[in-house]
Parts: sequence; structure tokens; C-alpha cells
Amino acid sequence: MSDKEIDETTGVETTGHSWDDIRELNNPLPRWWLIVWYISIVWAIGYWVVMPSWPGISGYLKGTRNHSERANVEVAVAELDAQRADATRRLLTAPNMQAIENDPDLQAFALAAGESLFGDNCATCHGAGGQGFKGYPNLNDDDWLWGGKLEDIRQTIRYGIRSDHAEAHLSLMQAYGAGGLLPRETVDDLVHYVRSLSGQEHDEAAAMRAAPVFQVQCVQCHGAEGKGDQSQGAPNLTDPIWLYGGDAMTIRETLWNGRGGVMPTWEGRLSEEEILALAVYVHSLGGGE
Amino acid sequence: MAHTRVAQRGLGTDGMLIALALGIGVFYWLFVAARAIDPLMSFHAYVFILAFIAGLFGLVMYATKPPADETGYQTAVVKAGVFASTFWGVAGFLVGVIIAFQLAFPNILYFDQLGWTNFGRLRPLHTSAVIFAFGGNVLIATSFYVVQRTCRARLAGGLAPWFVFWGYQLFIVIAATGYLSGVTQSREYAEPEWYADLWLTIVWVVYLLTFLGTIWKRKEPHIYVANWFYLSFIVTIAMLHIVNNLAIPVSIAGSKSYSLFAGVQDALTQWWYGHNAVGFFLTTGFLAIMYYFIPKRAERPVYSYRLSIVHFWSLIFIYIWAGPHHLHYTALPEWAQTLGMTFSIMLWMPSWGGMINGLMTLSGAWDKLRTDPVLRMMVVSVAFYGMSTFEGPVMSVRAVNSLSHYTDWTIGHVHSGALGWVGYISFGALYCLVPWLWKRKDLYSRALVEWHFWISTIGIVLYITSMWVSGIMQGLMWRAYNAFGFLEFSFVETVEAMHPYYIIRGTGGTLFLIGALIMAYNLWRTARGDLRVGEKRPYMAPQPALAE
Repeated sequence: MSDKEIDETTGVETTGHSWDDIRELNNPLPRWWLIVWYISIVWAIGYWVVMPSWPGISGYLKGTRNHSERANVEVAVAELDAQRADATRRLLTAPNMQAIENDPDLQAFALAAGESLFGDNCATCHGAGGQGFKGYPNLNDDDWLWGGKLEDIRQTIRYGIRSDHAEAHLSLMQAYGAGGLLPRETVDDLVHYVRSLSGQEHDEAAAMRAAPVFQVQCVQCHGAEGKGDQSQGAPNLTDPIWLYGGDAMTIRETLWNGRGGVMPTWEGRLSEEEILALAVYVHSLGGGE
Repeated sequence: MAHTRVAQRGLGTDGMLIALALGIGVFYWLFVAARAIDPLMSFHAYVFILAFIAGLFGLVMYATKPPADETGYQTAVVKAGVFASTFWGVAGFLVGVIIAFQLAFPNILYFDQLGWTNFGRLRPLHTSAVIFAFGGNVLIATSFYVVQRTCRARLAGGLAPWFVFWGYQLFIVIAATGYLSGVTQSREYAEPEWYADLWLTIVWVVYLLTFLGTIWKRKEPHIYVANWFYLSFIVTIAMLHIVNNLAIPVSIAGSKSYSLFAGVQDALTQWWYGHNAVGFFLTTGFLAIMYYFIPKRAERPVYSYRLSIVHFWSLIFIYIWAGPHHLHYTALPEWAQTLGMTFSIMLWMPSWGGMINGLMTLSGAWDKLRTDPVLRMMVVSVAFYGMSTFEGPVMSVRAVNSLSHYTDWTIGHVHSGALGWVGYISFGALYCLVPWLWKRKDLYSRALVEWHFWISTIGIVLYITSMWVSGIMQGLMWRAYNAFGFLEFSFVETVEAMHPYYIIRGTGGTLFLIGALIMAYNLWRTARGDLRVGEKRPYMAPQPALAE
């Protein structure tokens, strides 16, 4: 405890207090600080007058502008709906999907909507650019599992693949090894035969041994030449495009364990016009038939 | 057989009460362990039992020692606090670096079958470790030091401060192991479940009583400003903690509980808590540190007594209203959003009052910034405080918030406050405390403090600038529409765009961690009594006043 004194450095009086040798100067509040603070308080009071603010017992001060964010959002959504109403109607009433693509305005609208829908719903699995990942088809090429025509794509989106929808595309690559359908050596030989179809490096003797097996076990879906069948979702085995991978390890894994990737049904989650727009967008990505 | 009577300390009322509480606790948790309805509850019951038995063992060890002089200041518990602060600080920063890189490269430490290394589990571990384990220990340790010196009184409560210290560490262990194993009530910064919350409440009440008791028996006529700030922190955190954690456990022997509030009331309670955890834990608590350590280190009087009074009362009055600004454009009624925003704006100057008082205390001692890296660290801390308490009100404005909300900008804002303000003022206090507590002439090395300062500062700058750019870009991408009113970018495209900034952020965090490791080494050598040879020391660091 000491008495008030003058601080030599600043010439300001201290308060006379001292704690553990810490003293305090008796400087006034900085003027600019006080003024800015008062301004902020005045501004806040003004804001309360204008905007919704203090609550009472059964309501709140609505403010002179009668501002309501909720009402604004409702108006904005209604405006957007009105703006899109014409295009949406034309989408739904188009005689067929080709007609949508033939109408440049309508096509532009469908592509814009489709791109946005694709980003929010499809990009998670198929990639932002539709480039696909292992097990999730690339949508930019012309290799289609279930058909690449507008109607095919629309149907796939609507019902899904192996989804729980009654109309979903169904087919299964069987687990030839794990399911005990073929002995281990035959599965190993088939790997070579499958690789021979796309002209990849393989053991000729093994491929020869497996050729008759392929003609019995695989032709129903993949066809005698291994070119696949879009009505059954069976991939073409003669091209260099692979859903899971064309290396020997992955092909063996496919043959041994089978495959059955799932695409969900979008019916009910997306509206009819959204599915249409999405189909037009996916069709435009590159390989639409 | 002749007995030589060795005088023993024995246990006073304080020790007896603690022993009784721990004893009852052991039986309670044995009961819970026996009837636990989930394995996590049983695991935590055993942690409590082990900790309480260790506590009882510690009491016996204490009681059988010969009596010691207990009239001077209680410094041992502060030393323990310095150690705990440094340890949890480094641990918390390390987890931060890991999760920063997990955001940039999601497969790091991702194991299908091992939930506890996933981002979702590690993220609350990081936030709680830095805020509560590091920050909390710094606050408890410095408050125990400051309140004794500025009251000229030994800590009240005998062994109570030790109960607070170890009780708090136990809370941290329960919270941290809970996060990793998936125990959470999913409330930000309040993730621990009901039984951890109850334990912390007991510890916190003892903390409050210890602090108040020390002020009660002070030998100074007035209460120093730092102690007002500490007291506001302790009292308000108690209130926030209790109200936000009101919940009904599924079972007295189960780890899960459900909040007493529902819907938007629940959200508002949470953010009333969340925002005031920033206000009363990370702001007023650390302002208390500033009010003691800056004048002490600069050897200058506090700039303005009047400013400290006005900004103290205005700060604590206005801060408590600002929480709703976390819920702009949500289901929260608009009038509540208005109040949150306007009070945030009015909070700007009261916050800056502390900055002015901190910076202007250096009048007449600015030259020390060149020679004393510890003081420089604390002054830069105050500058970061000023910056983030300006940025905060700006971001609370609804129009700004519509861009900034949910983006990395918020993360950048939090870290300019956390790394810059809270981190640096804490480092400054630790650099002051270690030589004082261990009675060393100076730190082991000033050069290492310089290294710490510059490496961390570059780290902070990388961190916050990358998050500004990333956050604003993210916000602009989210709100970009095409001519038909459809979103221009998908979410995954915005994630992809943030990737380089995430790498920069991780790098910044790594630098901050390296700085903290340098500090830990320097403090350890200082405590050991080493002085790095051949180092120029233009002046000796200020020493504490001798105990009476």
C-alpha cells in the first residue's frame, strides 16, 4: 500500500494502490474509445427500433420495417418456382426425351438443373465430373452397363440397380469360387481367358483350358464373344474399360467372390422433372447413345 | 521395543473431508461398476476408482511426512499446474496437427475397425485438450499464483488446491478417454457426459471456494483487477456448465443421457454456453493473466484503473447476450438473432478496453519489445486479441454471417484468438512463471524463446490467412447460382478447392507445435537450473517481489 504519486515516465498520477509492486495509473478513459462505444450503443438501439427485437410476454417488437426473414425466404422460393414454372411444365409435357434435347432453351435448363442435381446427389459415388471410381461407373465414356439412351438412363436413375425398388435392374455376377460353382484351378484358368478377350497379357494354355468353361458358364450374360449384354447389365469384356479393374488380381477377385454393386432408386427422392433433367445431363456427359 | 516418536503432519479438516469424499466415491463407483449397463460406463467407473484410491494413497503419504512450514505462498500446486499446462498443450496441439492433415488427406489414421483414430473422435479431443486441458490448467495455475501474490495471502483451504488440481486432471482423463471411445453428448465444447460433468461441478465449486477464501483473507485493502477477471471466469463458467449440461441419464449406471432442452431451445442453450465459454474462459480468464503478467514483466503500472473498471463491467454484462449470433438464419426467432448481433457490436469497445490497457501499459517500456521476447510474445498476444475481438463483431453481423457461417473463416477466426491470444499470453505467463517458481535467475535460453516466437508466428499467419482465403472462397462457392437459380458448385467441388489451403493450415499448425516443443524444452532446462552459456542477456528478467 502506498500513497498516490506521479509516475515519472508519463507524468500521470497513480491511484495509490499497489499489489505485488503493480501500480495503476489514473488515466481517463480514452476519448475515441468512449465515443465509438457510444456510437455502437446508439446504433444498436436504432437497430432495435427498425428490426424485430425485444421479446415481451406474448410477442416481440416487430420493428418499423416489419422485417421477417421467414417471409422473405418464402417469397424468394415462390419467385424461383414461378421463374422455373414454364420450363418445368415443358419438361414434363415433352412428348419424348429426345424432344427435350432438340429444344435448345429447354435443353439448357435441363442441363443446368441436372448439373446441380448431379453434384448434390450423384457426385459422391460417380465423382464431381462423373469420372467414376472403382465399382462406380465412369459416365463420360460410351461404355454403358444398362444402356446409354436417354430412356435407359432415366430408367436406371429412377429405379436404381439392385435397389429395393420392385422395378430395379437385377442381375448378379455369381461367386464362382467362393460359391463352390467352379474348382480353384478353373477359376485361375478363367482369369487368363478373360484377359485374352481384351488382348491383355495371359497364359495361352490356361486360356485354352478355360475357353469351354466360359462357353458354358458365362455366355448367358456376357455373350459368346464376351461383348456383354446391356439388357442384363453384363459388362463388355473385350474393351479396356473395367468397372472393378482388369488386372489379374482383380479379375480373380471378381470371379471368386462375384459382384453386385448397388445404385439406389431415386424415385420419391427426386421429383419427376428432376429425374428427367438428370438423365439429360448424364446423357450429355460424353457417351450418350 | 522402543518407539522413536517421529512427528507427523497428520490430516487437518481439509484432508479429512477430501479423504471422506474419496472414500465415499470409491464405494459409489464400485456400485456403478457392478451394475453398469454399458461397457464404457464400467470402464470409466474403474478409472474413477483407481484415481480415488490413488488420491487416498496420496493423502496417506502426505499425512505421514514430517510437518513443513506452511505459512508462505503455496507454490507447489502452481508448479504442478505449469507442468500440466505444458504437457496438455503439446498433446492438444499434436492432435490438432493430426486432424488438420486428416482433413487434407482423409485416409491418414483411418482404420475401418478402429473408430478412435477417426477425425470425428479426434476433433473434440483436440478442442477440449487445448481449451480445457491446456487453457484450463494455465488458468488454474496462474490464478493460484496471482491471487496469492496480489492478496498477500497463502491459498485458502489447505489441501483444497491440490484437490482442484488433481480433480481437474481426472476430469480431463475421463473426458478424453470418453471422446476416443465414443462417449459424447454431442454438445460443442461440452461433449463429456453427465457423470463427468457432475465431477467437474464438484471440482469447480471447490476451486471457487479456494479462490474466494484466499481473497477473503487478503492483506491488501483492495482486490486487484486480475482477481475480478479470474472470479468472473470461475463464477460464470460454473453457471454455464451447470445449465448447459442439465440432462437426464438413461440410467444411474449408464454413460448416456438426454438433454433437458429440446429443439431450438436446446440449440440456443448450447450456444449461449458455447459463446460464453469463449467469453468467460478464453477472454476474461486470460485477460486476468494479462493484467498481472504484462505490468509485471514490463515493470510498468497498468495504464488506466478507470478503463479496467469500465471495460470489466461492460464486458461481462454484454458478453452474456451475444450467443444467438451463432444461430443466424436458423430456426431461432429473428428477434433473438437481432439481440445477439447488436450486443456483439456493442461488445467491440468493451473488448478493446482490455487491449488498450494491455498495450498502453507498455508506455515507457516499448524498447523492451526488442530485447525481451517473452514480453513481445505477450504484446503480440494482445494484438491478436484486438484483431479477433474486432473480427468477431464483424462476423456477427447477419449480412457478413450469411457468407462466413459454416465456413473455414470461422475456424480461422477461432484460431487467431486461440493460437494468437490464448496461446501467446499463456506461453508468456509460463516463461515468466518457471524462473520465478523454481527461483532461477533467468530462462535457460532467450534465443530459444526467439525461435519459438518466430516459428509460431509464421505458423499462426499461415493458419489464419489460409483459413480466411479458404473460408471466403468456400462461402462464395456455396452461394454461387447459375442463370436458372441452380447451384453452380457441388459440395464435393468446394471440398476439392479447399485442399491446398488445408495443407497450408496443417503446415501452420505444425510450426505452432514445433514452437511449443521448443518452449517445453526451454522450460524444462530452466526448471533444472541450467543457463545456456555464451548467450547475451542485455538485462535480467524481472524477479518476483520477495515473499513477506
